[in-house]
Amino acid sequence: MRKTYLVWVALLVLAVIGSVAGTMYYLGASTKNRLLISTTTSLYDTGLLDTIETEFETKYSIDLNFISVGTGIAIQHAQRGDADLILVHSPTDELKFLTEGTGVNRKIIAYNFFAIVGPETDPAQIRGTTPFQALSKIVESGRNGTTKWVSRGDNSGTHVKEKSLWRAAGFNLTTLTKESWYINAGSGIGETLKKANYFSAYTLADVGTYLKYYKDGLISLKVLVEQEKDLLNVYSAIAVNQTLHPTVNFDGAMAFVRFLISDEGQQIIEQYGKDDYGQSLFYPAVRLLKENTEPTIAQWIKEYAFFNDIECPPEYRKGYPELYN
Amino acid sequence: MGNEIIDGLIKALQLILSGDPTVMEITGRSILVSSSATMLSVLWGLPAATILGLKRFRGRFLLKGFFNAMLGIPTVALGLVLYLFFSKAGPIGFLHLLYSPSAMIIGQAILITPITVSFIASAIESVDPEIKDLAKTLGASETEASIAVLKESMNGVVLAITASFNRAIAELGVVLMVGGNIAGLTSVLTTTIALETTKGNIELSIALAIILLLIVSVLSISINLIQRRKT
Repeated sequence: MRKTYLVWVALLVLAVIGSVAGTMYYLGASTKNRLLISTTTSLYDTGLLDTIETEFETKYSIDLNFISVGTGIAIQHAQRGDADLILVHSPTDELKFLTEGTGVNRKIIAYNFFAIVGPETDPAQIRGTTPFQALSKIVESGRNGTTKWVSRGDNSGTHVKEKSLWRAAGFNLTTLTKESWYINAGSGIGETLKKANYFSAYTLADVGTYLKYYKDGLISLKVLVEQEKDLLNVYSAIAVNQTLHPTVNFDGAMAFVRFLISDEGQQIIEQYGKDDYGQSLFYPAVRLLKENTEPTIAQWIKEYAFFNDIECPPEYRKGYPELYN
Repeated sequence: MGNEIIDGLIKALQLILSGDPTVMEITGRSILVSSSATMLSVLWGLPAATILGLKRFRGRFLLKGFFNAMLGIPTVALGLVLYLFFSKAGPIGFLHLLYSPSAMIIGQAILITPITVSFIASAIESVDPEIKDLAKTLGASETEASIAVLKESMNGVVLAITASFNRAIAELGVVLMVGGNIAGLTSVLTTTIALETTKGNIELSIALAIILLLIVSVLSISINLIQRRKT
């Protein structure tokens, strides 16, 4: 009696372990050659990365796994070894990431512009002003109680840009963020745009994501200040250093970077959104920088996102010299 | 705005009825992950609960109190702790579990273990203690007597397992933080609802929310019916 009972228990335990292990195997089967990419939210929320993934995966047997988090957290993931590659847009943070040794082989892949967007009625009357004038006006009417500002508040590339704009416009961020008209959203770009829309508030957004959300009817905010040198937005890809984190998929990361900067990859970036939104959401940067096709913008990118006049100084490179020809 | 809700509902129903592959895939993964997690938690929770419910030993109340206190553990807090453990820089990072379904299964299993243990232990305690004595008088061994009690409390055990599964499939914090909501790999019902709503795919969100509600309620109701028929 006792023996048969034990046999039953053992069988039960085996069955449970078997089924759990089976499920794990089934669910984890696709994790073999995978590339873990922590990315800024704008590239993901607009759907660009989905399109790139489809094209990439038809050619390579590498499974792209995107985690959409914002530049600050993407860099943290990479530092912990939890990402193979990051797609980010905050040059100052990127330089730190390179100098501390975690990031290697940075390549600028695309650019677009930030814009200050807000309600059509424009209570702070910033339409047509410079970014710095616009911010001063927003502070003024915010303190009057006639308007609000929504900040990403998540250390993303857009948030870093926003903070640098406030500083450049002469404001003290620690006091500013405590004022009641300054709303800390703590969310990705899509969600932040929707919050700003809900509160009829102003916010800073990259034009690509803004356009997608506007044309999809999710927000009715208008672009009020745009296309200024001070609002340039540059996206780059940085691989995680294999010497520091031996388990990262470095070759996979470099295969994806090479795809992004190839003619085909750049073509996808340029075409994305043209049919649905009437214009590109992001502009390819590789040819522009190489052949100087648009000297003004090339110059802006170099001033804004180059380190010592180069996109990735030699000491932060690892193999793949053809990337920088 | 009322239109948005009605339109969303109609399109959501179309998505579900047409068997949209994305909807099916995400639903399937949610069920697989959460039922595996439930099995795991029963695997270690049932013996623990039986001991807790039947044996009298020192520290029993402390242990019971611990499981009771953990019943409502915030999912994000557990998610954060697990993230730090699973991360490559963490103590078990070498297992490469972060951002995988396995991590989600383990995370949910830990999350629901207090429910499994507490509910089963209470069910066992509520069984008349004379049953065990009676079984022993009739010549049953200690283990056989325990099984007899467990049989008597079967309704409570089933309820505990259902409640555990429902908590697992409905939670967001753990799966989001250790799974990372990667499309086609670790996205489940709750994480996709959260992401797709911010991306503006309201119809998909509504469809998935309907499915989630259906799973949870159909399961609870059918268990209820089965139990009523038994008694």
